[in-house]
Amino acid sequence: MAYTPDKPALPVPIEELRARIPGWGADLDPKDRPAVPRERFDPGASGAHWDFPDRQPEKWPRERSIEHAFLPPVFGTSCPPKGLSGAIRKVAYRRYSEGRAAHWLLLIAADRVNVVEANLASMVSLRPDNPITETGILSEFSHHGLSSRLGKKRTDVKHLWLDPIIVGGPWVVRGLLGYHLIRVVRRRGRPRGVPTG
Amino acid sequence: MRAMVYRGPYRIRVEEKDIPPIEHPNDAIVRVSLAAICGSDLHLYHGMMPDTRVGMTFGHEFIGVVHEVGPSVQSLRVGDRVMVPFNVYCGSCFFCARGLYSNCHNVNPNATAVGGIYGYSHTCGGYDGGQSEYVRVPFADVGPSVIPDWLEDEDAVLCTDALATGYFGAQLGDIAEGDVVVVFGAGPVGLFAAKSAWLMGAGRVIVIDHLQYRLDKAQSFAHAETYNFTEYADIVVEMKKATDHLGADVVIDAVGAEADGNFLQHVTSAKFKLQGGSPVALNWAIDSVRKGGTVSVMGAYGPLFSAVKFGDAMNKGLTLRMNQCPVKRQWPRLFSHIRNGYLKPSDIVTHRIPLEHIAEGYHIFSAKLDNCIKPLIVPNAA
Repeated sequence: MAYTPDKPALPVPIEELRARIPGWGADLDPKDRPAVPRERFDPGASGAHWDFPDRQPEKWPRERSIEHAFLPPVFGTSCPPKGLSGAIRKVAYRRYSEGRAAHWLLLIAADRVNVVEANLASMVSLRPDNPITETGILSEFSHHGLSSRLGKKRTDVKHLWLDPIIVGGPWVVRGLLGYHLIRVVRRRGRPRGVPTG
Repeated sequence: MRAMVYRGPYRIRVEEKDIPPIEHPNDAIVRVSLAAICGSDLHLYHGMMPDTRVGMTFGHEFIGVVHEVGPSVQSLRVGDRVMVPFNVYCGSCFFCARGLYSNCHNVNPNATAVGGIYGYSHTCGGYDGGQSEYVRVPFADVGPSVIPDWLEDEDAVLCTDALATGYFGAQLGDIAEGDVVVVFGAGPVGLFAAKSAWLMGAGRVIVIDHLQYRLDKAQSFAHAETYNFTEYADIVVEMKKATDHLGADVVIDAVGAEADGNFLQHVTSAKFKLQGGSPVALNWAIDSVRKGGTVSVMGAYGPLFSAVKFGDAMNKGLTLRMNQCPVKRQWPRLFSHIRNGYLKPSDIVTHRIPLEHIAEGYHIFSAKLDNCIKPLIVPNAA
């Protein structure tokens, strides 16, 4: 007990655990644990046959943390920054270190802008975004959506009502904005009435 | 090639993309034969990780066959069946030279605080991932390994992250013989951490979650005592009662950024992205561990601030240990445990989903439908 010197007794004795659980104690000795010690200086262990790797060609000005001394030799090339979201991302990387909240908040803002950009671009493409198929929501019907939740005491059910708002809300906002935009354009394009009589 | 592509929070689809080219002399291109969705992929899917760009392909758990190698690759040949750790790493920087492969400094221009991870946003280097038919694998002489003939595909793919991370998490707990170990989270990493705790000589392993089907799995797969926190007014008090009011010797957080159980914490982080992650499980861990005990953090959190109860951690004299797992360091010992029959990773696989249906796969995993624990993705070209 916490109030006396000895450790509480285990509900199952060690010998019984050893007999019952396959491999019990196989890594009891820390020497057998591959992550111990945490740091082991052994540059030859990794298979690297270089001191510093060859540099990957930089095909566009690659954004990088200002905490780096230079562009690391190897990097991902998944999605080059472009558009307004790309401009925001470049500012986040150029101006703010990883230690500044502004860095991350700008990147999150850019992510949201990026989604709107992609959504608008998809509308004029051969494959517009489809929120039904892209959310996989139909699996609610094919994979026991109701029975997976009802009567299961799942704590996430308490805020389930938020999900349609978070997922569907931006689509509703975009729809309303689009509708408003069309109305404004139509109103401006209409010939002004000429007073008669 | 066909690849999963991010379209925005909660939305993904499969698109046609170019097969990735060799971009560095030590690159390999791998034709993916099996991939998995990781719990941490859900943080990306939910839009929680900064700099997750539309068009990116996720997936950091995958195996495959070498399709092409760069001119400086010495250890792999076209046609080799390979498993690829989720870490992208150079093998030669200050950190890699010390075995901290997950902290490599030569592969991630976007951040110095984290190394490179396949398909895990530009914050982790901007590498496309393996939920696709082909993937670029940098430093082919360092990261990937030829899969031993005796190791089955589904076991191999789980060694690339979930199993290695759970095993690593238990090691960070510095478990001694007879220790009481509490694991928050009965997802794949939590299940593997619980199972690994016995290998290190734990005297008691307790797993906590709110999903009963996962707790049932923790009992059968990991021989654990289980607590469903929704059945108790205060799970921390319950853990104190369960440990004679001492607290656990070691607590492992295997939940991370979307921890539930506190409405305000969960909603402000997972829903409205105002925190780097919901610290519910981490705070419970800090409060459930005994004074002088160890908290091992395996759950993934974003780089923004989180409301962690640091004062309690300080006052209790805790040791907080954490890192992304340096996967390949774990493999030789894990292979031995699998061969000896101590571990059977694929026992936790519940769903096998064709790449074309990956949007449904993400929703099933995210919404915890159909008793989902671990979904695998089978690319068309497999």
